[in-house]
Amino acid sequence: METVTITLKNAPALYLEADTISPDAFAGKTAAKIAELPVFEGNVPSTLGKYFEVSGDAGATAADTKIIVKGDVKKVKYIGFKMTAGELVIEKTADQYVGAWMKGGKILARGDVGAFAATAMKGGELVVEGNAGNYLGAAYRGDWRGMSGGKILVKGNAGSDIGMYMLGGEIVVNGNADVHVMTHAEGGKTIIKGNAASKLGGQMVDGTIIIFGSIEVMMPGFKPNGEVELEVDGTKAKFAHFIGDMGERHKKKKGVVVYGNLYKKI
Amino acid sequence: MTKTVTDVICPFCGTLCDDVECVVSDDGKQLLEVYNACVIGTEKFLHSQAKDRVTRPRLRQDDGSWKEISYDEAVEYSAQMLAKAKKPMLFGWSSTNCEAQSVGNEIAEISKACCDNTAATCHGTTLIAVQDIGLPSCTLGEVKNRADRIIFWGCNPAHAHPRHMSRYSIFPRGFFTGKGQMSRKMIVVDPRPTDTAKMADVHLQVEQGRDYELLDALRVAFKGEWLPDVVAGVPAEKIREAADMMKSGRFGIIFFGMGVTQSLSKNHNIDAAIAVTKDLNEYTKFSIMPMRGHYNVTGSGEVFAWQFGFPFSVDLTRGFARYNPGDTSTIDLLIRGELDAMFTIGSDPGAHFPISAVKPIANMPSVCVDPHLTPTSGVSKLHVPVAFNGVEVGGNCYRMDNVPIDCRKVVEPPEGMLTDEQFLIKVRDRLKQLKGVA
Repeated sequence: METVTITLKNAPALYLEADTISPDAFAGKTAAKIAELPVFEGNVPSTLGKYFEVSGDAGATAADTKIIVKGDVKKVKYIGFKMTAGELVIEKTADQYVGAWMKGGKILARGDVGAFAATAMKGGELVVEGNAGNYLGAAYRGDWRGMSGGKILVKGNAGSDIGMYMLGGEIVVNGNADVHVMTHAEGGKTIIKGNAASKLGGQMVDGTIIIFGSIEVMMPGFKPNGEVELEVDGTKAKFAHFIGDMGERHKKKKGVVVYGNLYKKI
Repeated sequence: MTKTVTDVICPFCGTLCDDVECVVSDDGKQLLEVYNACVIGTEKFLHSQAKDRVTRPRLRQDDGSWKEISYDEAVEYSAQMLAKAKKPMLFGWSSTNCEAQSVGNEIAEISKACCDNTAATCHGTTLIAVQDIGLPSCTLGEVKNRADRIIFWGCNPAHAHPRHMSRYSIFPRGFFTGKGQMSRKMIVVDPRPTDTAKMADVHLQVEQGRDYELLDALRVAFKGEWLPDVVAGVPAEKIREAADMMKSGRFGIIFFGMGVTQSLSKNHNIDAAIAVTKDLNEYTKFSIMPMRGHYNVTGSGEVFAWQFGFPFSVDLTRGFARYNPGDTSTIDLLIRGELDAMFTIGSDPGAHFPISAVKPIANMPSVCVDPHLTPTSGVSKLHVPVAFNGVEVGGNCYRMDNVPIDCRKVVEPPEGMLTDEQFLIKVRDRLKQLKGVA
């Protein structure tokens, strides 16, 4: 695997839209060619090389390419946009849309990521060592097909609207989560190791939410359904089980109605 | 001698009352009296006659004072600002007519700007919810003639849309609602005992920020499922009573306002309210309608959607329309420092945005096109006063139920004043020259 290191040298005055920072766009290019890739600051078209110092050539394919993003990129959007393979390491805090619409490969964000990270993710892995913003692994506006595969791990806290319209895949948040988890979800799993605020699983059709900490306010549509012993991420514990959202439509499998599941550690 | 102009449209709120009468002087230059409008609407008409009205553009000087300039100079400043900016914002549009909005969209396209209307701080969340789940709606005429279950959720028409209840929703005697108020049941959901709530048959005093839970509880109640004893501060029996009252009507309507669109959960509240409406259609006929504020905010959404495909918060910086509130919405853009020029028209962000979003406006090239002196004109570099829409110039506008209505010109604007549309056309043409667009 070949490694390309890009280091921010000229910070943008406004924000930079750099949807070309991905192994797919870099693949098969030399450092000089990578520096020519287009980026936008507002309505001004520019090149990656104007803002970043590029060193190292990319591999022949995305899968053979690893990108290391250095420098203060908190005003850079769309890093890892639509990536399908390869690796991407972001050393510091990045802005919105990290790994949005990603299908494969691996992103490691050592700082925080802004809102809309892993929007409509289909596959791959996103690890965030800091905090994630709102709409982590959520659907794009108006789309009923949210995250359908892949894995997201946030070691810090996450904002609101995690996994909206989620269909599959897994989201793990080691810290706390803000309001609205898996709204409208029809599949997938979200694990929150810390505390959750409220409005969990609103309008949920199917899917699983597991909470280790407290829940500020439960949704009225979630009905108590006894207790169960579960092993989650290597931890064995007793969980209170709820099913819902009872107000929402539900599918039948083999004649039995399937509800969304919410487990809260006792 | 005076003359009376009848069937005037009131350009204040989204109710667009169309029965206003104005008494004007014989030469048509002075507006003397206004009949039938509410106090706010009357004030809007009469304010055009203010003696201290600003009638020429003013440019702020380095020492903070204003210098009167000509409209041509104002056009030059605006066009230069938009031509140079990397990410300008054209914000407002809700208190101007559709013709001006359409010219504004041309300017946005030429200057590759962001454009947004006041829905961003109002019913924009409604539009997000509509994109998520759809909207079973109707016209206000249907409400007047058919509705016997009226729900006001997070809105207070007694003060914000003063003639709404008398013209459409509660008091009028319609074709199938011959007993007027007597033939209707009224439910108000509001954390406060407002003047609207005091009139209600049932007032659900929901806990602040828990509308989403209460809406979900209603959906559970329709299905007769298990409910906790108390949801959002409302006892389960009361929720079931309200649910039964909704189900038992012949035609119901949910009107909702900023109490739900801009409180915790925002678009999800509306999403759930629309789901409630859909559920109710299994038992009876039910509709839902946002109580739009500015008289033509609905029209702005229509014009944006017609020309760009999205109803607000449109980003054209890359040469094509993109949309994602949170990224492309004005307050977020201002607070995050993403903009470098601000063009405001037909709205007052200075009075309605958080201060952290208003401060950046004062620090960047900025234009405020507004007939009034507002907090926005106060922080902008250039203030361009224009003729009053709906009073001194007509034009198309949309009522809150998406019915287009043509506004009327009642009086002449002060000598030499331009309308929104005339000013925008001049800016557009100058911008075309600067950008070398044919």
